[in-house]
Amino acid sequence: MGSVYLARDQHFPNVVKLVAVKEMINRAPDSLVRKTIVQNFEREANILAAINHPSIPRIYDYFSSGNRSYLTLEFINGKDLEAIINETPGFLTEERVLGWAIELCEVLQFLHGHKPDPIIFRDMKPSNVMINLQDHIVLVDFGIAKPFQVGQKGTMIGTEGYSPPEQYRGEAGPLADIYALGATLHHALTRRDPRLEPPFSFGERPIRKINPAVSSELDAVIGTALQYNPEDRFPNAEAMKDALVAAGHKTGILNRVGPNTTSIQTQSGIKPLWSFQCEDEVRGTPLYFSGSIYVGSYDHNLYSLNAADGTLNWKFATDGGVVTRPAVFEDNIFIGSEDKSLYVVSSRTGKIVWTYYSDGRVHSSPRIAEGHVFFGSDDQRIHAVNLLSGRAAWRFDAAAPIRSTPFVTQDMVYAGSEDGDFYCVDFRGQLKWHYKAKMAVTSSPWVADGVVYFASLDGTLYALDAHAGWVIWRFRMGKGSISSPCLMDGSLFVGSLDGNIYAVDIHTAKETWRFKTDHQVSGSPAIYKDALYCGSVDGNLYCIEYRTGRLRWKFATQGPITGTPLIYDDIVYTGSIDHFIYALLA
Amino acid sequence: MKKDFFSWLHIKKIKPASTDSDINTVPLPESQLDGLMANVHHLEPQQLIYGCGQSIGKQRDHNEDCVFTLSIAIGGEKSSFPLGLYIVADGMGGHQYGEVASSAAARTLAGSLLKHFLPYLVNPASGMEESLQELMRSAINDAQKAVTQAAPGSGTTLTAALVLGQQMTIGHVGDSRAYAIHQYGGGEILTRDHSLVKRLEELGQISPEEAAVHPQRNVLYRALGQGEVLEPDIFTAPFPQSGYLLLCSDGLWSVLSDSTIFRLVNAEKDLQSTCQSLVDAANEAGGPDNISVIVVQLKT
Repeated sequence: MGSVYLARDQHFPNVVKLVAVKEMINRAPDSLVRKTIVQNFEREANILAAINHPSIPRIYDYFSSGNRSYLTLEFINGKDLEAIINETPGFLTEERVLGWAIELCEVLQFLHGHKPDPIIFRDMKPSNVMINLQDHIVLVDFGIAKPFQVGQKGTMIGTEGYSPPEQYRGEAGPLADIYALGATLHHALTRRDPRLEPPFSFGERPIRKINPAVSSELDAVIGTALQYNPEDRFPNAEAMKDALVAAGHKTGILNRVGPNTTSIQTQSGIKPLWSFQCEDEVRGTPLYFSGSIYVGSYDHNLYSLNAADGTLNWKFATDGGVVTRPAVFEDNIFIGSEDKSLYVVSSRTGKIVWTYYSDGRVHSSPRIAEGHVFFGSDDQRIHAVNLLSGRAAWRFDAAAPIRSTPFVTQDMVYAGSEDGDFYCVDFRGQLKWHYKAKMAVTSSPWVADGVVYFASLDGTLYALDAHAGWVIWRFRMGKGSISSPCLMDGSLFVGSLDGNIYAVDIHTAKETWRFKTDHQVSGSPAIYKDALYCGSVDGNLYCIEYRTGRLRWKFATQGPITGTPLIYDDIVYTGSIDHFIYALLA
Repeated sequence: MKKDFFSWLHIKKIKPASTDSDINTVPLPESQLDGLMANVHHLEPQQLIYGCGQSIGKQRDHNEDCVFTLSIAIGGEKSSFPLGLYIVADGMGGHQYGEVASSAAARTLAGSLLKHFLPYLVNPASGMEESLQELMRSAINDAQKAVTQAAPGSGTTLTAALVLGQQMTIGHVGDSRAYAIHQYGGGEILTRDHSLVKRLEELGQISPEEAAVHPQRNVLYRALGQGEVLEPDIFTAPFPQSGYLLLCSDGLWSVLSDSTIFRLVNAEKDLQSTCQSLVDAANEAGGPDNISVIVVQLKT
């Protein structure tokens, strides 16, 4: 409701003394109201003029002219906290925020202790906290501007997102400032602007879930400040300051013992039920069928292992690496190989039933539906092969290798290609629609309720209308992705080369949580009961509660995990580039 | 496609990352089966039909609500789909400002969405640069600017549904509502009221009885034209199959219970009569505020 000017005080001709001049325009239509507003302004200016505190700008003078009133203040050279939050890539450090928090408590303690009447700041928020060049805080924009805001007509007020519930009942005491300070610190540590969230919803956004680097001690202090009922908060600013200092000592931040390296490792004592060593890397995904695990390896073999103890039933040798996931139909196992072939092998004997040849390496896994097997090949085609005859029903020509596994619904086949084209083909092999992503779509699509979801190396997770290819939403990840999304309870889960596993709401395209691993996530997640299982190039298999993103356990292998884990009957099966296949208790 | 609709439903549940043996199927309830059976004889192309109704109410002296409707059908061998845009805006701010705000919001939103989407509609080969949700977001931002310019100090709610094929993308700010209503009764609210008292009620701080008479019950914490930062709710959901989409201002929902609304929507044969009976019922209940309602059905 006004402007701030940078001015030079010319009473001092020999030095450059800079001041801030704040201009407030009195817009009240009624002359009596206008007069009251000016009187209130002058009264508050007089109170502030008598205050002397390093975290509050000095007031030098005030005057009114026509319908404008002016306040001359100390010029603060620095930036407001909101700008700092927005300009900082990543999160602000706990150390910096803790330092500011303690200073803010001190200035609130000073204001609340003002005699004869306590001064309630009423408007604590990042944009009202200046950080000067020495990294100290200065509180600006006192309630002094408030009388100038013309009351809203009708039935509306906006919420600033930082104010406590009681402020909406017109009860703003010292504890309202405590709440708003908690809200300001929450925003600073999480980068989540409360003005963009429902009011009083901080409890739904725990700080450590968004920024796990924050200590549980500081988290707890802010949590107390943000209590819904004033009596559950700190009784005063001094108590909050004491709690902050205690937290800082406990975490060592205030003891200056060098960088804080407390990492929260969930050390798993998890031992595999069994493991099986192949002769080369296991990049593919296992399949469970009738008591056995089927999995391919870079050593050219398809293995059949006893699911209970990992003993070898048989192995079937192809002439190339096997990185795909097997499929099963009527006791036969289907598997694609880098030797360009699709093999159909008896699950009982491991003997070949029939073979189909494509003209390129097969990295796309076979999908069986409606009497046909569908898969892509580096020969730039989607193949539809009749299950009875073993002959091609049709081939769809794309413009680049197809490494994504087709998703087949009743009447459509969906697959991505290495040049970024995403295809929807009907059951006659005719193109229905296509969409061009900016980079390769290696990720395998998932279709549900008329929407197709897939990730791309261009760093985007896409939701397209499955009937017509319209883009419904896009979700940006830190880096590209070749991970295939999976869907559960209205959330989509996908890994990214930025090292995160993301959970995204399928209706709003908003992130519900993300889980950071120590390296790229090129494998795909799988959901079983209330948990998500996903491997990472950091070598770990992670078990995460899929609703919250909280780590339950992790299991370290000696090499990157790039396939999708399989969970069947409370047992997780995963391959690793360390040549092993592991079976673990889910 | 329709003849194998059941297997189509089941196929959707296959998880690509799991074995074929853990496919779960859920038996459909009778009402849904009836709904599906009723679809056997269907009309091509699919089209969106609608009714809308508006009333000043019994206690206000002018109308600050605004509705906007648009239905398009495209039928052809290669592509066949319906497109619809439905908007309800409820302005506030006193004097003339409320109606200026709601009208500016609805028209600007519609104009912005159509401007960006129509080129793609007439020439699908042009490729869509932005997602539907992104288009909705920038259209709401345009509407926010228009409201701030046309009626500074005022505000308006805005609930808009862009229906395209089987999916609808909804943009929402304020306390107007969108409902999905099933053909055989029942339904759910799709939007969340951005109302302070509603929020206090959700948090258990006040009872529904207290909320109903709370002096600040009309206070919104989000509205177009208010505040510098605007974060609209934007989401996409399947259009209610063999049911209805209903948009309305609080002049309707604050005086009629959800079950009354659902019953009335299913009671009439055509959508104009439906809207008439909804508006009449709200007026009979006192008509304390302007009433606006749009009911949309996907005819197949």
